[in-house]
Amino acid sequence: MPNIAVWAIFLLPFLSFLIIGLILRPFFNNRPMLSAYTTIIAIAGSLILSIWALIAVNGAENHVLTDVSYQWLSIGDLVINIGITMDSLAAIMVVTVSTISLLVQIYSIGYMKGDGGFARYFAFMSLFTGSMLGLVMANNLLFLFLFWEGVGLCSYLLIGFWFHKPSAARAAMKAFLVTRIGDFGFLVAVIFLYVKTGTFDIGELHELALAGVLGGTTLTLAAIGIFSGAVGKSGQFPLHTWLPDAMEGPTPVSALIHAATMVTAGVYLIARMFPMIASSETAITVVAIIGGFTAIFAASMGLVATDIKRVLAFSTISQLGYMMLGMGAVGMGYASGAIDEHHAMALGVAVAIFHLFTHAFFKALLFLGSGSVSHATGTFDMRKMGGLRKIQPWTYATFLIGSLSLAGIWPLAGFWSKEGILHEANAYAPVLFWLAMITVFMTAFYMFRAVFLTFHGEYRGGEEGSHGHGLHESPKIIIIPLVILAVFAVIAGWLPVGDFLGADVHFSFFGALTSWLAWVSLIFGFAGILLAYAIYGRKLLSAESIGKSLGPIYTLLIRKYFIDELYERIFLMRFLVDGVFVVLGWIDAHIVDGAVNGVAMVTMTGGKVMRRLETGQLQVYGLAIFVGILAIVAFLFMFN
Amino acid sequence: MAVGLEHFLVLSAVLFAIGLYGVLAKRNAVVILMSIEIMLTAVNIAMVAFSRYGQFITGQVFVIFIMVVAAAEVAVGLALIIAIYRSKKTVDSEKFDLMKW
Repeated sequence: MPNIAVWAIFLLPFLSFLIIGLILRPFFNNRPMLSAYTTIIAIAGSLILSIWALIAVNGAENHVLTDVSYQWLSIGDLVINIGITMDSLAAIMVVTVSTISLLVQIYSIGYMKGDGGFARYFAFMSLFTGSMLGLVMANNLLFLFLFWEGVGLCSYLLIGFWFHKPSAARAAMKAFLVTRIGDFGFLVAVIFLYVKTGTFDIGELHELALAGVLGGTTLTLAAIGIFSGAVGKSGQFPLHTWLPDAMEGPTPVSALIHAATMVTAGVYLIARMFPMIASSETAITVVAIIGGFTAIFAASMGLVATDIKRVLAFSTISQLGYMMLGMGAVGMGYASGAIDEHHAMALGVAVAIFHLFTHAFFKALLFLGSGSVSHATGTFDMRKMGGLRKIQPWTYATFLIGSLSLAGIWPLAGFWSKEGILHEANAYAPVLFWLAMITVFMTAFYMFRAVFLTFHGEYRGGEEGSHGHGLHESPKIIIIPLVILAVFAVIAGWLPVGDFLGADVHFSFFGALTSWLAWVSLIFGFAGILLAYAIYGRKLLSAESIGKSLGPIYTLLIRKYFIDELYERIFLMRFLVDGVFVVLGWIDAHIVDGAVNGVAMVTMTGGKVMRRLETGQLQVYGLAIFVGILAIVAFLFMFN
Repeated sequence: MAVGLEHFLVLSAVLFAIGLYGVLAKRNAVVILMSIEIMLTAVNIAMVAFSRYGQFITGQVFVIFIMVVAAAEVAVGLALIIAIYRSKKTVDSEKFDLMKW
């Protein structure tokens, strides 16, 4: 496969962005469909090239097709390269990203129809996809960081796509600022690593880390810095607060952000840096603990959310936590010496990326399904839905498949990848394993709560004023991507992704059912589904009375553990606004401004004195010139 | 005592000093202008002297140039003095403090 074709994978969407931004939007804005077609053609091109790359990687030695760097900048000793790598990890990622992105774009044609910002939307989507594709192919940290920021920027633009809505503008700002905290840690870690090792190249860093040259506190600090970037991007605790709010963007954007781009960037980063991070026992333990905790923490908030997209958002956070936990557990196994180096490095990446891969399909499916529901009802509030099963049979069927897959029911995609993670967690991090197991139960419960509330029972009116008129199934352009994704949500787990990444995480089709672990997780999953059925399907138990009897806990969950309040009221208002900013304000007013004003005052006073010398009389100036010349001449005579 | 280069140069220097004194010390703008002319003349004498004793014709050519330019300069200078007299009703240079801020 020629090198240029590999570069084209991420350059095509960028090209599409430029075409739309510079040509189509200014000159052909009355024909918005052109933008959509441009985007779809570009991303379809990326997808074809990605599949080609995947096949080529499969046939390549060590599964590395290309790893090239070109010099970009040279500032003294500092040489910055741009370069891409196409190995098995990158290949899986580009295929996932471009597949999901393509389906989302097709869906968007239907969903965004008639929106005033149609062309702008597709321009941003192209840029978003291009950045993400570039991110997964970059072979040095600085180049990766460039795309990392590109993804962050696009998420800001797309979450705030309907910027005239104050809540959307706020959510976009929040997403940008919260992820910024993590990005700062990441950037510091990149610079720190450069100072210590003199390289940005990921491969070289891994070699140094595995050889033990890079180790000790340096490695731990750098690894934790990189992880902080991943925490921000992937919405892990404690920087998860932006993610539920990010639902303000158009639904296809949520699908893309939550399934294939943006949030998976964090998981990908840890997977890409896995050999380095796993070499620090402290860092990898932190990854495992944060991941395991986030999984159950986010799932618990999903239990009570009433907005269908927010349920899915919490679910995303929780599933990303799983992926982190998977890598963390394998890393802990490696650190304790239970797994040998070669196997551990492949296994950690494989379990996480396998789950990322399957999750991308069913989570995109669920988001797009929720968009289809909202297309009919005009709301995302599940309390106003119900009974849509008969009206939207296609949406219902696909949503159900997605939910079953997410709940980890055999033999759907989610089951296989989740088993992989649970298996490793059980082996190397038993406490976190039980947290993850409870999360399985919660996941099944909240997903089927959403299914029963949305599709079963009686219709509860939709958005105010719509009165249930015009309830209809969504158009084909929306249904077709759903069906394709539903197929993947079933079969994605059967694909040998783990083997491709160099580790066997695959269970045989029926063999998977012979382990006790699979049965326990299936029982937990079914228990969750049954409980949801009992409460929301058959109404054997009243949700209200349970909510009341668990009063404080319910409040805690619905208010999202008061974390937003903690950040905004306590940290932001008390600590920053009333504390740090007051001090900084004083320093600014008295020391910084004082210095500036002081300099101005000295010069002004000096000027007032000096201007007395300027009489405005030419003769005085002439005299001064004469005396000056005399002085110069005298000087020359004296020293020559 | 033969008249040599030094004599011309001394004359030139004396004239120059007189002119400079006039420029710096006199109040009447017309006198200042005249003093400038004296300084130019002093320079011309020096140039002609150098030209004569150094056997270079260039100095004499330049002197012609300077005299032409000086004539023009006097015309402009007098015009300026007349213009400033019309607005200030004086040619006392100490009263010309327009450049003072």
